[in-house]
Amino acid sequence: MPRLQSRADLEARRAAGLRARDPAKPCLAVCAGSGCTASGAPEVLAALRESLQRAGLEGSVELKSTGCHGFCEKGPVMLTWPEGTFYNQVAARDAKEIVASLSNGRRPVERLLYRDPTSGQRVQREEDVPFYRFQQRVLFGNNGRIDPKNIDDYLGVGGYAALANVLAGFTPEQVVDWVKRAGLRGRGGAGFPTGKKWEVMRAQPAAPKYLICNADEGDPGAFMDRSLLEGNPHSVIEGMIIGAFALGAREGYIYVRAEYPLAVEHFRVALKQAEECGLLGENILGSGLDFRIRLVQGAGAFVCGEETALIASIEGHVGEPLPRPPFPAQKGLWGKPTVINNVKTWASVPVIVNRGPEWYAGIGTAGSKGTMVFSLVGKINNTGLVEVPMGITLREMIYKIGGGIPGGKQLKAVQVGGPSGGCIPASLIDLPIDYEALTEAGSMMGSGGMVVMDETNCMVDVARYFMEFLEEESCGKCFPCRVGTQRMREVLTRICQGQGAEEDLKLLEDLGWMVRETSLCGLGQTAPNPVLTTLRYFRDEYLAHIRERRCPAKVCKQLITYSIEPTLCDGCHACVHVCTTEAILGEKKAAHTIDAAKCIKCGACLEVCQPKAVLVT
Amino acid sequence: MPKLTINGIEVEVERGTTVLEAARFLGLPIPTLCHDDGLTPYGACRLCVVEVANGPRSKLQAACTLPAEDGLVVQTHSARVERARQLLLELYVATTPQSKTIQDLASRYGVTQVRLAPEFEDCIQCGKCVRICREQMMAGAIDFAYRGARRKVMAPFRPQSDICRQCGACLYICPVCELRCHGAEAETTLCSGCLNFAPACLDYHDHAMCFLDPCVACELAGPLRQDLVWPEAKRPESPK
Repeated sequence: MPRLQSRADLEARRAAGLRARDPAKPCLAVCAGSGCTASGAPEVLAALRESLQRAGLEGSVELKSTGCHGFCEKGPVMLTWPEGTFYNQVAARDAKEIVASLSNGRRPVERLLYRDPTSGQRVQREEDVPFYRFQQRVLFGNNGRIDPKNIDDYLGVGGYAALANVLAGFTPEQVVDWVKRAGLRGRGGAGFPTGKKWEVMRAQPAAPKYLICNADEGDPGAFMDRSLLEGNPHSVIEGMIIGAFALGAREGYIYVRAEYPLAVEHFRVALKQAEECGLLGENILGSGLDFRIRLVQGAGAFVCGEETALIASIEGHVGEPLPRPPFPAQKGLWGKPTVINNVKTWASVPVIVNRGPEWYAGIGTAGSKGTMVFSLVGKINNTGLVEVPMGITLREMIYKIGGGIPGGKQLKAVQVGGPSGGCIPASLIDLPIDYEALTEAGSMMGSGGMVVMDETNCMVDVARYFMEFLEEESCGKCFPCRVGTQRMREVLTRICQGQGAEEDLKLLEDLGWMVRETSLCGLGQTAPNPVLTTLRYFRDEYLAHIRERRCPAKVCKQLITYSIEPTLCDGCHACVHVCTTEAILGEKKAAHTIDAAKCIKCGACLEVCQPKAVLVT
Repeated sequence: MPKLTINGIEVEVERGTTVLEAARFLGLPIPTLCHDDGLTPYGACRLCVVEVANGPRSKLQAACTLPAEDGLVVQTHSARVERARQLLLELYVATTPQSKTIQDLASRYGVTQVRLAPEFEDCIQCGKCVRICREQMMAGAIDFAYRGARRKVMAPFRPQSDICRQCGACLYICPVCELRCHGAEAETTLCSGCLNFAPACLDYHDHAMCFLDPCVACELAGPLRQDLVWPEAKRPESPK
């Protein structure tokens, strides 16, 4: 690839790329993100290729793999261009039919279209699917359109135009000013104003300066950073180069979890292509700017998402946090000023440059601007990645985009912000999602994990689960986090086992307060959130466990018993077959009974019982 | 030179001073477990937290690692600080009830109840031994291994390090005495200093333990464990 020496070279290359492409040429774009890959996208791609060859269409139809669309629930998904037909849950055996439809008057394959569960109607275009209709996909919009391993695809959608503009006509101060005016706040969780951070960094006399992209996304169930790195790595690189120009850095790092092999691979390819094109390296686009990015893989510690621990890890030390101040922007990597931002923060920078700070600041609420990406999981019909403007209510999120709760069950709570976020009760469903409102409700924006819970979730058990996770992931450096999380988990376990006392609630509140107030880093300071919010909003559920030795959601195993209602049991023996401990007794065609001493309360019988004779009390 | 206010008293200190040093200069007592004047600040025990006003909001920050900056407004004994210290000390007593240092601190800060079962841990992971070994003895023979609840101080891979000179600095500085001598077994113990003295400490200690002053655990661990009646008292299996 020839090196691009100037802005004109870049535009020439973009134009050449676009010219080489016939917009009317049919294209099959299959999502090859981690989710769709797991549900069979590689097989679909292979089958499509074979079918195209058989039909003699391989020259006239383009086949490409793209980034994640976010609707992983319905994977593998694909789009056919130029119509923009959206197929979901495609299997390899559907390939023939899809290829046939291309020459068959281009009528879509009806049965592979998304079916709206409420109306029963088939929907042809992606943007008409309710899951997408209410989203504003500023960062993720291009994921489904481009091949992440091909820089020309990114250039084709206007990629690196923001960089060229910045290099041609901006001063570094102006870039910082734009980021500030856009009101961009850190997307990694704490929501620190990015422009302010950049200003602090610019004020530091020390050199060299470093940039870091934090892609150590560790929250269980959260995968937006992975998706962006897999699907559109160049947008992150472009943001970092603009950052390097604004902040006077010559070297940048991206710290990716080693558990994201596809993201690492795609990012490596993108780095190589950008270097070959001269978009990274020396004298970028003839502007005199030198900048390189190195990729570092994390070793699996959740705490390394904390910026000082991440820096320690890059330096080769144990990933343990350091006290702040000094902040990394003052004294960071190798003791030098370092700006560390999340993947989505960096990817937002080109958007701000392209569309202008006023446009960006026009999205969202007074204190929280722009869009935020959430991973919507749990007891929800449409699981996936959702990009919405800040300030959207939980109700819109769950019922409009998420499609409501499966099985007609009642919403109980939403846990926002990852494992150390708080549980927001259903009564606060009209809460707008922004940094301030969430903090006030006892939760936090965090990385954007959103776990929906219904009436079958026990909130004490939920608090115990997250405490267990955080205890495991605490680095152990500071005493309150290491020992406090452990002791809180012990108390919660005791309550779940029906051995709690009412004093335990005060003890939990005291310990939670102390861990939050005195811990060294963000992990400990937020770790008690699940406990404190469930105590605040679901105290009666704790009291039921303690006073009545009862689990209202029927989750805590020590507090429930399984029995069979003899009048409903038809003696079909289905439960007997699935019971692994031989706890179910009874002849065929006669009512069965459960031996409580042998029963391990796994729930297998409950699932198979057709007449619903298995009772949980 | 930065000028800050501590408990209403204005004080001007040299650049690079910590809030802990400034407060101690004013004679204000701030409890610490992981701090030592000769070692780099570590910020792990969190007992030295003070309330620092930052505009309309205030938060607790460890004084030992907080640089004294111009305009800081610090409270060393506000109700919030006292409550945090009490709760921390309650947790410390439950973790290492045998440590006299911790008992003294707990009684000084008015801890009257311990609502958690005692664990009799040997170590609070203040990291003093690790730092004195590296920074003052220039050895670096011991460090932290593992993570979270399994984190512990040890020499790499085996009990005795090749570079350990058995100087005993770690024993000397330990507030609860983790690396104490477990008897005169030269193969497995760290110091074995008792073998070189006459009379050897084994001669007058039944349960051979290091005599190096001030090893409070050695003096107190035995009798205290029997005297105290704890709710659900137990000595759990070692998680290490």
